[in-house]
Amino acid sequence: MQATSCIRGQAVGGRRAASTAAAGRRSVVVRAAAANPYAEELKATAKYIATRGKGILASDESNATTGKRLESVGVENTEDNRRDWRQLLYTAPGLGQYISGAIMFEETLYQKARDGTPFVDVLGSAGIKCGVKVDTGLQVLPGTDGETSTQGLDNLQARCEAYYKQGARFAKWRAVLKISEGSGPSSQAILENAHGLARYAQIAQAAGLVPIVEPEVTLGPGAYSIEETAYWSERVYSHVMRLLNEYDVMLEGILLKPNMCLPGLDAPPASPADVAKYTTRTMLRTIPASVPGIHFLSGGMSEEESTLNLQALQEACPNAPWSLTFSYGRALQASTLKTWAGKEENWDAAQQILVALAKANSEAQLGQFKGPHPVPGGGRILQALRTGGAGK
Amino acid sequence: MTTLEETARHLAAPGKGLLASDESTGTIGKRLEKAGFDNSEETRRAYRQLFYTAPIGEAGISGAIMFKETLYQSADDGTLFVECLKRQGVLPGIKVDEGLVPLEGCPGETSTRGLEGLAAACAEYASAGARFAKWRAALKVGGGCPSEKAIEENAAQLAEYAAICQAQGLVPIVEPELLIDGDHSLAQFADASTRVISRCVAHLWQKNVVLEATLLKPQMCIPGADYTGEKPTSDVIADETLRVMRRCVPAAVPGIMFLSGGQTEEEATVNLNAINRLAQQQGRAPWSLSFSFGRSLQASVLKLWSEDREGNQQACRNMAAALARANGQAVLGRYEGPHPSITSQAGSLREDFRGWRTDV
Repeated sequence: MQATSCIRGQAVGGRRAASTAAAGRRSVVVRAAAANPYAEELKATAKYIATRGKGILASDESNATTGKRLESVGVENTEDNRRDWRQLLYTAPGLGQYISGAIMFEETLYQKARDGTPFVDVLGSAGIKCGVKVDTGLQVLPGTDGETSTQGLDNLQARCEAYYKQGARFAKWRAVLKISEGSGPSSQAILENAHGLARYAQIAQAAGLVPIVEPEVTLGPGAYSIEETAYWSERVYSHVMRLLNEYDVMLEGILLKPNMCLPGLDAPPASPADVAKYTTRTMLRTIPASVPGIHFLSGGMSEEESTLNLQALQEACPNAPWSLTFSYGRALQASTLKTWAGKEENWDAAQQILVALAKANSEAQLGQFKGPHPVPGGGRILQALRTGGAGK
Repeated sequence: MTTLEETARHLAAPGKGLLASDESTGTIGKRLEKAGFDNSEETRRAYRQLFYTAPIGEAGISGAIMFKETLYQSADDGTLFVECLKRQGVLPGIKVDEGLVPLEGCPGETSTRGLEGLAAACAEYASAGARFAKWRAALKVGGGCPSEKAIEENAAQLAEYAAICQAQGLVPIVEPELLIDGDHSLAQFADASTRVISRCVAHLWQKNVVLEATLLKPQMCIPGADYTGEKPTSDVIADETLRVMRRCVPAAVPGIMFLSGGQTEEEATVNLNAINRLAQQQGRAPWSLSFSFGRSLQASVLKLWSEDREGNQQACRNMAAALARANGQAVLGRYEGPHPSITSQAGSLREDFRGWRTDV
């Protein structure tokens, strides 16, 4: 792979290089097409995960977060219980019809089902690609009002290579940006998070993993409008795209995991049509057609809201150049978990709910969801922003 | 009152493209002189009249880019050219840049003049009937070019121009032309193209330019004029061009209006047709893939005119419409030969005298 002599940031603002011929010759070396041996596989994997009618099951909660969820239904946070819970999800019959990829936490990538089959193989047999969360959590940016950067670049290449060996074919890294009443994310937060995402994506691709790029403009308190969310989302995504280009990330081999545009928690909720209007406008303005799939996060939306909004997206943008689909965690798991509540006798019923939810979202992705929703009328499923690094 | 977005969509309507007839006095003069004419204001008027009084609107032209002088000129019967165009549904556009200047510290590279006083100029042109504007940046490929400075400077200028235009009610055409000059390969060109166009888009984002009311005018992905390797087929050109556009151009931009920049009249049409055929086949091409051709819509007309200035006027108008029709069909992926051009055999329309100029 050819090195480049690209100078970043030099021409921005007032200070320009001395106007000599030498300065002009410190130029960008025109590179030949990237020589990544994984290039074709990355493209094929991304394309597969973005298959129309399918989406991603986000089940990569850290041990600490998983613990909170298990404890909410009276289940102790042990490795076995975490394994059982994931087994319930991954062995749900028929899941592979609607789910093309499952994101796992590192621990889960190396776990096996009760009968000894590695989860990687369980999912593989169902036609579900394995992904792994590779960031190591959020840290507060000093001097900001609770804004965060995402940790995990150190040793990332080696970790990704190990995950690839274990059977993972895609990765995920979550950056979080906040909107508060009257202001959006600081430029410091935007630059830091865009940089982290771009560096992670570059490294993941070098190690053969399709990076899911997740710049989440998070749903938070305040009465800010949907237009404000759209404005800040546009700023964030355009920065992210700009840096992905600067770092030569191959766009045909990534997936995007953005937020839908919603007003603040204290503002009146927006209709699915409005959510779709602003969300698709933001995507059309910022995401090039090369990206095969845009997998929206559910980020606190109720299970029903997540499906109805996804359906509305297809109606608002019927000829979208990318797949407008889902990567849902809470919106696929909340009722599943409640139904199971750790009890063996509830196992089948819980799996059925999961598949019913996946099916509803699959239909919504195709613009064909007619209802009724498997879990209608649910409220928002909120969780606090957890900082301090990944729980082990 | 049409919005800027509606204007942009009109220009990028299916099966339609732009006539780039905005050559500066110097540039058009060289062409007229080469064809045996004098470079007088009257000759320039009579030449442009051939196009604006031909039925180019129904033949596939949605907009015509004019030079400042032409915006205020009239046909023989006294009708203003902008009126002739509007009557046939062709929106008048205006070149607003003031030419290329050498870029300090980057031999062979240029930036573009014209930002100073641009807002006032745009306001004036808008009141004279212009609905869109165009600004051309030129970038070299090969030998270390385009340099980081050239990319950054030109992209920043294009975005500044675009923002000013929109504020004054004109749809900006953003033209980062990568020159055909050089011996670079298709792959090298595609790489440079990706870097340049994505930087332009980054600056448009930064300046809050409304993408739904902006058009892009890039070069198709082709090898340099002096490339010694095997010439790629139009299918290969289409494939590479679409790949680059998908990587760089947000779907919100309604139209990508390719320039012809040195290709022959027939090459430009055939390549445009291949691009659209492939786009229809593959999907995921959310913008109109159209044209903003200068030489490729004019060379044969000038040739006919040079053969009989008075007697060939109708033939010239017919040729203007025929060239427009061929390219309009290409936008629909429906072009079938033979091409009306009478200049393809004479070699490419590449010109060596186009570089940086300080005369307007």
